[in-house]
Amino acid sequence: MSDATQILPDMTPATAMIRTLGLIAAICGLIIVAAYQGTYSAVQENKRIAVERAVFKVVPAAKSIVEYFALADGELRKVGAGEMVPVGAVKFYAGYDEAGKLAGIAAEGAAKGYSDFVRILFSWDPVKNQVTGFSVVASRETPGIGDKITVDKDFLANFPLEAKPDGKALAHEIRTVKHGSKTNPWEIDAIAGATITSRAVGKAINDTAQMLLPRLAPHLEELKEKP
Amino acid sequence: MSESVAQIFINALLANNFVLAMFLGLCPFLGVSGKLDTAFPMGVATTFVMLVASLCAYGLNVLLTTFQLEFLRLISYIVIIASAVQLVEMVLKKYSPALFRALGIYLPLITTNCAVLGVALFQTAREYDFLQSLTFAIGGGAGFTLALVLMASVRERLQLSAVPSVAQGTALSLMLAGILSLAFMGFAGLGG
Amino acid sequence: MSQTTVSTWEEFMEGVWRQNPVFVMVLGMCPVLAVTVSGINALSMGVATAFVLVCSCGLISLLRKMIPKEVRIATYIVIIATFVTVVDYVIQAVSLALYDALGAFIQLIVVNCIILGRAEAHASKTPPLPAMTNALGMGIGFTIGLLALGCVREILGAGTLFGVSLFGTGFQPWVVMVLPPGGFFVLGAWLLVFAAWERRKQRKFAAQGGGVQHV
Repeated sequence: MSDATQILPDMTPATAMIRTLGLIAAICGLIIVAAYQGTYSAVQENKRIAVERAVFKVVPAAKSIVEYFALADGELRKVGAGEMVPVGAVKFYAGYDEAGKLAGIAAEGAAKGYSDFVRILFSWDPVKNQVTGFSVVASRETPGIGDKITVDKDFLANFPLEAKPDGKALAHEIRTVKHGSKTNPWEIDAIAGATITSRAVGKAINDTAQMLLPRLAPHLEELKEKP
Repeated sequence: MSESVAQIFINALLANNFVLAMFLGLCPFLGVSGKLDTAFPMGVATTFVMLVASLCAYGLNVLLTTFQLEFLRLISYIVIIASAVQLVEMVLKKYSPALFRALGIYLPLITTNCAVLGVALFQTAREYDFLQSLTFAIGGGAGFTLALVLMASVRERLQLSAVPSVAQGTALSLMLAGILSLAFMGFAGLGG
Repeated sequence: MSQTTVSTWEEFMEGVWRQNPVFVMVLGMCPVLAVTVSGINALSMGVATAFVLVCSCGLISLLRKMIPKEVRIATYIVIIATFVTVVDYVIQAVSLALYDALGAFIQLIVVNCIILGRAEAHASKTPPLPAMTNALGMGIGFTIGLLALGCVREILGAGTLFGVSLFGTGFQPWVVMVLPPGGFFVLGAWLLVFAAWERRKQRKFAAQGGGVQHV
């Protein structure tokens, strides 16, 4: 049986395959890199605008922002262009008013909501030790139910929230409690019927605040003036 | 994200089921769920590919971020997935030719299964660590298999009932999927 | 005119109507159901997919004589992934809000069975211009399908169309329509409508004694 050893007549020789694949890889590589480079500045600009808009929303007195990493060892470091978050660090934004004085700190938090994650930006007043407010960065919560967190008057009346750093954590854990059962200034009264999303907001704030605020406490003096 | 491993598993399996809540993996879901005998092996094969894809994606991502080559992420993920599927095909062909024939064209189609690429992309977006990614893949695959098996069981039954012929076929499957999806919404918040 | 030459118009319409990816071929379902919670999302997704379709089919058709048979699927996937990456960056540059709304499904265009299917079935055997025309038709057909779903879901589930409120503030939206089950139901309903219409068309032909079928 010579069929077993017979090479199929239309099989492409290896060199031709490698040459073609190499050519295609080169073309595709060029296209991708061109697109990436071409859109890079526009994308960075968009991201910068989005961050600014979000921070100005939660820290209304701010006119300019400086981005920092609060590192795991407790030190602060300004964020370089396009720098990635180091392991264990928390990114935060220091908002300064026209006079260059600190208007507030803003940081992102995220927690699982009803569908997918709810990402929020919350603001912290270092003088009064309060979380003064939050805005939603990304959420896919149920329209009409979960998305009430931005408009429900009772929910928004939860803020300002007490958030005092005490040693390596917060003095009191920020928790969402059932609608109508709030007794302490560090608790969040959930929206009736939207408990899961309300809980996500509380968890998001708490998780980030527990890590961030204690690291900020020793550096408040140096943050007061815009560098 | 500070999700625990158990939470990730339960969420991927039930509350955020890949097929019924996140709309991933619909082509095989509608295509292969006609019979229970093919649905279950398909689910298992897909779960295996998801697992391999998740592991490779995690490793790839570490590499890409170290060298700042993020723009190659999509291409490298999809190439890895295509290779993983090729591997599964070869393994099945050797060790279980009957199953290989039964799955037929749907096996190479796992490459284009959004659920597999979805696992890789979501775990990257959520910045899961190694163990979290693994659990996510297993949970997601299990959820996919669960949805597939449920769908197949009901569809097998439906073939024996009197359904108006204008509704038969894909329209019926979609209505079914809608009801299943509605049911799974009841699991919301289960993962805490 | 030879029997095998298909006019450009027919190439175009084939994708839009006769082989509409959403309603006839029922392919590429994942983005169809996930993204169609509003008209604008549906439209953007459709345009993005059409772009990838046309460019990929164009490039694949250009290179069709060179691509080795054995690795053609892998090559198609790499080319498609390239254009999806391009679309991904372009959308980010145009509008971050839109990018967040469409989410992971932009990158999932890569595994949209329509594109790979078209490349394999058509672009690999046809010269660039007809291939791209057909791809454009498919893309538009896909967009129409997406819009059909997106608009219905948006109107019923949010009371708006492309962000414009239709019924005023007293409207109690049918929220399930913008949730996953709603996606399944609405698509199923559309398919039902099409099946019923197809059935009626066939009955008309049978009533007219069969005759020549002008499809």
